[in-house]
Amino acid sequence: MVPLPQLLPLAELEVGKQFYWHLGNFHLHGQVFLSSWVVIGALLALVVVGTRSMKRDPQGVQNLLEFLWTYIRDLAREQIGEKAYRDWLPFIGTLFLFIFVCNWGGALIPWKLIEIPNGELGAPTADINTTVAMALLVSLSYFYAGLSRKGLRYFEYYVEPTPIMLPFKIIEDFTKPLSLSFRLFGNILADELVVGVLAFLVPVIVPLPAMFLGLFTSAIQALIFATLAANYIGEAVHEEHH
Amino acid sequence: MTSWLLLATAGAATSAPEGGLFDLDATLPLMAVQVVVLTFLLNALFFRPVGRVVEDREGFINLSRTESKQKLAQVQRLEADLAEQLKGARQEAQQLIVEAEQEVDKLYREALALAQADANASRDHARREIESQREQALAALSKESDRLGDLIVNRLLAAQ
Repeated sequence: MVPLPQLLPLAELEVGKQFYWHLGNFHLHGQVFLSSWVVIGALLALVVVGTRSMKRDPQGVQNLLEFLWTYIRDLAREQIGEKAYRDWLPFIGTLFLFIFVCNWGGALIPWKLIEIPNGELGAPTADINTTVAMALLVSLSYFYAGLSRKGLRYFEYYVEPTPIMLPFKIIEDFTKPLSLSFRLFGNILADELVVGVLAFLVPVIVPLPAMFLGLFTSAIQALIFATLAANYIGEAVHEEHH
Repeated sequence: MTSWLLLATAGAATSAPEGGLFDLDATLPLMAVQVVVLTFLLNALFFRPVGRVVEDREGFINLSRTESKQKLAQVQRLEADLAEQLKGARQEAQQLIVEAEQEVDKLYREALALAQADANASRDHARREIESQREQALAALSKESDRLGDLIVNRLLAAQ
């Protein structure tokens, strides 16, 4: 029996190690891009296969795609409202699908079998860069949505219902992307770590419940991110009735 | 986005990257670009075509439903119409039957009356004929009996 103190540093070693690519002066996390390309490729392949010959009576993959489409449409329509949801449906849908496939891909694809020089492959959403990038895109989106729909009247939102709300609403603009990115990042990374450590300590059966819980969490996190993004956009385009 | 990029890479570029959990660098803006590109790709490949198919179908279903509702209403109207016509036709037929029965009855009575009158007339005629013949015969008989009586009287008187 190997003593624990020797094992734990090994498990710890994997965290925060990056497979750096150098692009001029810039550094990239290569493992994130590699796994995200796999995810994007899978997503695009599914979509291309499913929409190749669409009929009025759906068959095969078209059923799945139509289910996803109506699911995302209902989500966007509920959060953004009947008037504006159509413009934001692709963005919300892409966030949902990308995060969902990233999370499940991280949990289901045996990345550990592929050796890379440094760090390890995993869910792209377990990297803070990915989640912050998406959270900032959401921030930009709701500013753009509000400004393009209401013009400068968008800033009335900050003093509604009373001007006392102004500082809180300004703080909200910072906490929204922060909470969005850290929630997703933390959940997925924690799930990967729990499964990794459990698998390291007891490689059979014991990690399975954690893995199932991870699949569940992954799906929920994708839904939460998409729902919140849609909700923020909906808040920004919401018309007050005076 | 550029400021983020500069901010994120400023620290990493100067010194060798040592990694860590919160290592923000050029991955961030590139990932954002990737997600935006993916959004446009999925919009063109997934959301628009699938949305068109689904909404076409919804429109088709709505159209068919209203059409079939109209057709159903039409059928019900026609059915009511036909029931009305059928009722009218039945009443007419009943009327015709009653009329025909009455006419037949009338004709029967007329024919019966005619036949009876005919029979009565020929009976009367026959009776009168019998009467007259009987009277003739009676007259002839009484004349004969008168002659015979005279003859008897004459014979008896002659014998005396």
